[in-house]
Amino acid sequence: MALEFRQVSKRFPTVTRGEVTAVSGVSFVVNEGEFVSVVGPSGCGKSTILSMTAGLYSPSEGEVLVSGEPVNGPNPHVGFMLQKDLLLPWRDIVSNVEFGLESRGVEKAARRRRAMEELAHCHLEGFEHQYPYQLSGGMRQRAALARTLAIDPEIILLDEPFSALDAQTKLLIQNSFAKVIAEQRKTTLLITHDLAEAVLMSDRILVLSERPGTVISEIRVDLPHRDEPLKRRKMKEVAGYAAQIFALLKLEEKANA
Amino acid sequence: MTHAVQQTDRRVRVPPINPAAIERRLQAGVSLTILTLLLLAWQFLPPLLDIPRYIIPTLSQCLSELARMFASEGLVGHTLSTAVYTVIGFLIGSALGAAIGYLLGMSPFWEKVLSPYILGLQIAPKVAFAPLFIMWFGYNAMPKLLVTVLIVFFPVLVNVLQAMRTVDRDLVNLARAYSLNRWQIFRKVEMPSTLPNLMAGLRIASTLAVIGVTVGELVGGSTGLGYLIAYGGGQANAAMVFNAIILLTLIGFVLYLVLERIETRALHYIPKAHG
Repeated sequence: MALEFRQVSKRFPTVTRGEVTAVSGVSFVVNEGEFVSVVGPSGCGKSTILSMTAGLYSPSEGEVLVSGEPVNGPNPHVGFMLQKDLLLPWRDIVSNVEFGLESRGVEKAARRRRAMEELAHCHLEGFEHQYPYQLSGGMRQRAALARTLAIDPEIILLDEPFSALDAQTKLLIQNSFAKVIAEQRKTTLLITHDLAEAVLMSDRILVLSERPGTVISEIRVDLPHRDEPLKRRKMKEVAGYAAQIFALLKLEEKANA
Repeated sequence: MTHAVQQTDRRVRVPPINPAAIERRLQAGVSLTILTLLLLAWQFLPPLLDIPRYIIPTLSQCLSELARMFASEGLVGHTLSTAVYTVIGFLIGSALGAAIGYLLGMSPFWEKVLSPYILGLQIAPKVAFAPLFIMWFGYNAMPKLLVTVLIVFFPVLVNVLQAMRTVDRDLVNLARAYSLNRWQIFRKVEMPSTLPNLMAGLRIASTLAVIGVTVGELVGGSTGLGYLIAYGGGQANAAMVFNAIILLTLIGFVLYLVLERIETRALHYIPKAHG
């Protein structure tokens, strides 16, 4: 398996009241090549799960394993993307895509070749020498995906990468991400608050409870076209899955409370 | 499909509009008119109001005094001396300010420990140190250089420090996730992120550098435009003081323009508000 959480808890010290537990006793497995989404109410520790996988901080209890090895700090097998594209504004697009390769002893010419390949996969040919401010939000997010893929990670972590895009761009970018990820058979963990997005893009969905977050349910999405959310979107089963998660998150009770 | 994506994504390019050029020409015209009016007023108002030349000399009096200073007071040497010390003081002061700003920016502990002292030194009027430096180092170039370094140091330091505090944490985390070491993170993320603030600090510093050198020369010394101001003041030669002030302004102005050029080059990736 590519990623495994074993009884992971994370507590943060706070200024006012001692400690706050972000996630508690989280266990799950993501298999190789699988696309898994994590949904849950806001503040349930979704991003904490992502940061621990990336090795930016370690769990208070339990273990996080990537490819069977415990994560003890930033590791080269994980690439992550946030809602912000995090492109360096002073670099052109191709140099941005090379950024992740620069600490890996890859030669300059090889870096450039690799970056151009990924730009082509993400349909950004011809834009390599533009600067981030010259691109639209959707294109910047695709450039960020190219940068993430350039390091050839075993796992891709996506933290709400589509939430800053307008509705139509979002559909197109979801589709192009899904295609590229499926082509390269990347294991992917998507953090999102958009239930439809989770259903459209995933093989499996983990539903988290309110803080302290823990996995309350696991839903297998038995639908075709994982590599083409635009096609899956037309299937009538999608609404059923979304309703199921909706019920699990008790959104209705909250609305009436 | 993919083609359609690119179509919707591409930004629409707006062709350059003519009114902007007209506007710019108008600005230049009005600016030039104001300058002409000012020069005319300078030439003709003082005699009309019976103001003697030792209070406000006219434009032509200043120009003839400038020629005399050029011929018999060694004006070129004084001007060059001031310009050179301004640039040297500016370079040393801003290099120190930037270096310490970056060091403190990387160490929150030392920043907290030292910030009251920095604030204190920043508030203290730097030019008031000039007599002290003369007592310590004598009547040579050292005091004016020190005053300049001191006065240039703080705006650069404060700007860099402020910028280091506000570097995007997510960018730093991204660099960490890509296994960049501390030095690489500084060089590839923090340094370029703080460049706009560094440049702003340098621009402020460039205008202050002239003040530093002038005060140093005013208080003690026998070279430079500051010295000519003291000398001319002592002889009730207002035209000499006027000329020295104008030349000092010119030195600061040139330094500022050079920095602005460098800034435009270095920060080309920041979109401009006006095309």
